[in-house]
This record gives sequence, structure tokens and C-alpha cells, in this order.
Amino acid sequence: MYVAVKGGEKAIDAAHDWLAKERRGDRAVAELSLAQIREQMSLAVNRVMAEGSLFDPDLAALAIKQARGDLIEAIFLIRAYRTTLPRLGASRPVDTGAMRCDRRISATFKDAPGGQVLGPTFDYTHRLAGLQTGGRGGRIRGRVPVCGDATDEAVPKPRITDILGRDGLIQDEPPGEAEPPDMTRAPMDYPAGRALRLQALTRGDEGFLLGMAYSTQRGYGRNHPFVGELRIGTVEVEMEVPELGEAVCVGELTLTECETVNQFAGSKIEPAQFTRGYGLVIGQTERKAISMALVDRALRWEELGEEDSGAPAQDAEFVLGHADNIQATGFLEHIKLPHYVDFQSELELVRRMRAEAAREAAE
Amino acid sequence: MVDGTTGIEARKGWMGLLARARPARLAELLDTLGERPAHAWLRAPEVGGVMVRGRMGGTGAPFNLGEMTVTRCSLRLDGGEVGHAHVQGRGKAHARDAAMVDALMQGSRASQVRAAVIGPLEAEEDARRQARAARAASTKVDFFTMVRGED
Repeated sequence: MYVAVKGGEKAIDAAHDWLAKERRGDRAVAELSLAQIREQMSLAVNRVMAEGSLFDPDLAALAIKQARGDLIEAIFLIRAYRTTLPRLGASRPVDTGAMRCDRRISATFKDAPGGQVLGPTFDYTHRLAGLQTGGRGGRIRGRVPVCGDATDEAVPKPRITDILGRDGLIQDEPPGEAEPPDMTRAPMDYPAGRALRLQALTRGDEGFLLGMAYSTQRGYGRNHPFVGELRIGTVEVEMEVPELGEAVCVGELTLTECETVNQFAGSKIEPAQFTRGYGLVIGQTERKAISMALVDRALRWEELGEEDSGAPAQDAEFVLGHADNIQATGFLEHIKLPHYVDFQSELELVRRMRAEAAREAAE
Repeated sequence: MVDGTTGIEARKGWMGLLARARPARLAELLDTLGERPAHAWLRAPEVGGVMVRGRMGGTGAPFNLGEMTVTRCSLRLDGGEVGHAHVQGRGKAHARDAAMVDALMQGSRASQVRAAVIGPLEAEEDARRQARAARAASTKVDFFTMVRGED
């Protein structure tokens, strides 16, 4: 049993004072503005929004600054703030097919209709620290002119899975309009349906999901994924506004979507078909979206009639129960707080057992 | 894009445009109309969260993706026109300005407001999107599969 302690107010105040000074760092160095963090540390901002489960770049930038760059601490701040917000409603499901893509690639079709658009990617960079350019990247030659035709990109890009779907080569995504469960409103419920699993995965820790996804690639619940399509861009969010009785656009956000094409299922009755994994994450968060798609696919073993190979990534309770870094860090970090009374009782127990053992040995 | 010039479709168009607009730019354009009209709150600005939904596999049944911040308000001008706003982010002034434009667009000054506020916002958003699309188009690639020289 945990027994609380009290006291130490002065020391705590002094510690927080010092924290504020350390947060500011050397005063001879200019202070970071929130806009600088938002614009120049944008992938950190994106990660904090995705795992904080709240799209608000200014707020995420503030959280990163307040947390001294500790992203899990920043995510914690976002989650805590989120709980103070009244829920104004739920959006219509966003149409990622109509996404204004900054990036859109397919690893399955070289000549993907709609084209392969690289966008602002680290891919094909040399991963050389830019010592001459002070971190501005490896490019010291002149800039490449913007020469593309914007009209090409204004047309919605067809989904790769739709192309496979036309020939029946990939499983259909069953349509539906059922009200999805919401883990922020009701406790997790197992067995978890796919809607609940996807919500837990999209806000889960990137590192944890990356490890889980990697484990499937290394053979623990192997499902042979190809990245059918990866797209990053903006979508409009529409919500029913009661005053109008119509759905109105309430804003726009950046999303990353990954659709994987996986090893096929089939039987004597049904011809072979590819299966799907799906990742959709707030912000430009490519590694996370791919990881999510792989883990989503691994967790679908039962509905696809596959065998449970006992792999960790196939165990929904294990994956979903450990993917949340705020839950995890809360439980993990609490063990550093005073447990004096607990420990005292354990100490007495061990002393008594040792005394008894010594007595028995002497007899 | 604001399609149509009257009716609910047009209103939805400008409400979305105002929701996505940069708050400072909207305020600046609204200022060009002169003094802000007097108004009474029907609902004072309130910051909240909207749960954004996606679809499984992009086209299947919905699931909850995560929230976004949205500020809403409703007001009535002295002339009786009612304006509503749901705007992205936590800007109460942004929501007020958007609701004010929505109300003005229903009154006698509609065409003036369209020319001074809606038109420029539309053009600027369009230009931003075009510029981004052109940048994306510059990164379009053609991959070639190499023939392996085995023979």
C-alpha cells in the first residue's frame, strides 16, 4: 500500500526554481520563441500532437519548450490540457482520398497513377552531419527551382488499393457508418474491435510501435508487408453544426496515411487475395504510420483466419496495453517517489525471515 | 473554394474559409471595412475539442483518430443578422471575427464584405495551395527498374 508523505515545500520550490533556470539555459544565448519551435522543430511538434492526440501546433510548441525538449513530458502536458477541453463534437470521417498531397509514394507500382511525389523527405539524403552548413542540410550548391506543374497535383490521387480492388486482388474494406468506440470516454474493452485498436495505435508511442512492427518483419508474426501507398498532406475537417443543420469545415490538418498490401489469404472456396494493414496518424509522421499499418495487420490475425503464432505483435492486450507512453511513464516513474512506509514493511519482513532462518540453522 | 454565391452552399464555403484563415490576416481585412459593428453574444467564444475521425483503410468504417482545438461562438448584429463560427485553434478573437463576417454576409453589406474579406482570403488560400502543389510537383519522380546484365 502506498502511504503519502508531506513536507519538503521549500526544497520543492527551490528545485522548480532551478528547473526554470535550466530550462532557459545560458542567458548569453537567445531564447527560443514558440514560432521558432513550431516552424523549425516541426517533426517534434508533429510527434507531440500525434501522441498527445490533439492537433494544435502552437500548443505542441509551447509544451516542447516547457518540457525542455523532453517529448514524452510535452505529450503529458498536451494530454492534461486536452482533458480540460469541452468536447464540441465529432467530425465527419476525413476523406484522405481528397488529400492535398505533399508526398505520395508507392513501393508496389513504379508507374503509380497520379505519380510518385517525394515531398520534403529525408530519403535519399546521405545522412552526413552538415558540418559546413551548420545543420542546414547537405545542400551547399544552389537551390533547385520550383518547376512542377501545380495543376497535376490539384487532382485527387487514386488509391493504389482501389486499383488492386478493381480486379478483386485485395480484400474489400467493409464500408460502415457505425459510431466508433472512444477510449478517451470509456475504459479499454477486450477483445478490442479494429476501430478501438486503430485509435489506441494512432496515439501510441512511436518507439514502441516501431519495435513491435520491426518484430513482425523479423519473423514474430510475419505478414510480408509492401507499402502500397504512403501519403502525407492536408485534409479538411468537417463537422455537423447544429445551428446550420449542415456539416461545415472547421479547419484543416496534416495527416500521414500508410496502406500496406500484405500476404494473401485464400482457401479452396475463395481465390487468393492480398490483405490490408492501415496506418493514419496526425502530422507528418511517416515512421509511425508505417509501423501502425504493420501492427494493425498483425493484430488482424483472428479475423483473417490466421494462426496465432504466439508473437507479441499478435497479442492485442499486450500491444494496446503497453503502447501508451503516458500510461507507461506514469506507472514507471511513480516508483521513484517516496515509498518509505512500503519499503519499511518489506525490510522488516526480510529481517524477520533472515532471523527465522538463522534460528532454524542454529537448532 | 467558395462555390455558388447564395444559399447554404455559399455560406458553408465562406464559413470553412474563415475557419482556416490566419487570424491576424482576417482581422486586418475586417479592419478595412471601418469600425466593427456592434453585436450581442448569443454564445460567447468557447475553446473546445473536436474528435477527428478517419476511416479504416481510408474507405471503411469510421474510427477516432484524435482531437483538434476549435473555438466557436454565435453573435447577433444590431440589424438582427446572426453569425456563427467554428474556427480552428484557440483564438477567441478569430472566432468573433469569423462570426462577424458570417453575420455581415447576410446583411445589406454582403457584396462589400465579399470584396474586402472573402475574396482576398480565397485568393490567398488558393495561392498558398498552388505554391505548395507546385513544390510537390517538382519532386515528382520516374523510377526505372534496371535490367540486370546477366546475359
